[in-house]
Amino acid sequence: MAQNDPRPLSPHLQHYKLPITALLSISHRITGVINSAGIVLLVLLVASAAGSPDAYGFMGGIANSWFGSFILFGLTLTLYYHLCNGIRHLFWDVGYGFSLESATRSGYLCLGAAAGLSVITWIVAAAS
Amino acid sequence: MAEFTLPANSIVKTNGQVFTAPEGATNVRTFKIYRYDPDSGENPRVDSYDIDLDDCGPMVLDAMLKIKNEIDSTLAFRRSCREGICGSCAMNIDGGNGLACTTSIADIEGDVVIYPLPHQPIIKDLVSDLTNFYAQYASIEPWLKSDTPAPPDRERLQSPEDREKLDGAYECIMCACCSTSCPSYWWNPERYLGPAALLASYRWLVDSRDDATGERLDELEDPYKLYRCHTIMNCAQVCPKGLNPAKAIAETKRMMVQRRL
Repeated sequence: MAQNDPRPLSPHLQHYKLPITALLSISHRITGVINSAGIVLLVLLVASAAGSPDAYGFMGGIANSWFGSFILFGLTLTLYYHLCNGIRHLFWDVGYGFSLESATRSGYLCLGAAAGLSVITWIVAAAS
Repeated sequence: MAEFTLPANSIVKTNGQVFTAPEGATNVRTFKIYRYDPDSGENPRVDSYDIDLDDCGPMVLDAMLKIKNEIDSTLAFRRSCREGICGSCAMNIDGGNGLACTTSIADIEGDVVIYPLPHQPIIKDLVSDLTNFYAQYASIEPWLKSDTPAPPDRERLQSPEDREKLDGAYECIMCACCSTSCPSYWWNPERYLGPAALLASYRWLVDSRDDATGERLDELEDPYKLYRCHTIMNCAQVCPKGLNPAKAIAETKRMMVQRRL
């Protein structure tokens, strides 16, 4: 479309009711961006351990605070969602699961699996 | 870079006209319809029409024709066959794309909100400029390309198994519901071919009588034309013919890989 087109552009993202498959698709991208940012936090934690006991104690204190735990649990969720949905994409890439029913069902399965795996991970972490 | 917001001249204003229902009407539904008058120089707006459903056909198109015939003749929209085979009355109904003629009013809850196909230049009201969409269809060269001349006395034959491969690929009516529902197509309308053109392309890629498979795949080997599909699935969600362009695109991607093995 020409930049100076006098014709108006019809509403799109502002107006469209995105179905669940589309919402999960954009979630895949968003969780990917969050995970990339999360890796920086992880590097900071590891770097502090390599630095000094004081630095590690400081970072560990933040990680163990309620806010730090909240962020870490969020990152667990986004990591597992991105992983599960990535596997869903692999199935698509070899040609499976394209019917609307399968695509919707596999989407909810990814959401459920991400939540379940996150909770299990935290229970295992708390028990050890 | 994708533009997520509307240009200033495209923002929908709220100063639309309101047409109330005739007195005595008991079964009233409100239709909120996107309006744009190119002669006024004003931004698009949404007009509101109260329709007595007891005096109207069952489909969204019936209500729109009633509006145009009896209430407001200035409303512009495309329609022709009124039975879901011409694809003219494709529009955004209740937030999703579909054909007005095959969408039942009873299936919509609350006000019936009708907008043009998304992310298209608007000529007037619900009539959008589909030049780019048709040009993309032409670009995939949607005709049979064979190295051998057709037999002089009969058509080109195909086995029932080969013919079956075309099912789900040939029924497209080019209504543009799928392409204009696709966020990838919104952000790259000139470089990504979109689900409709790619489904049409697949129809020729799998045709046993077509000898140009390699050339057709060469044409699609591009970061944008084919690979901007991210399996968002909006295309399959809205197709009024129940087709699945997302699957055809995935099959095309597989053909790209398989020919390298």
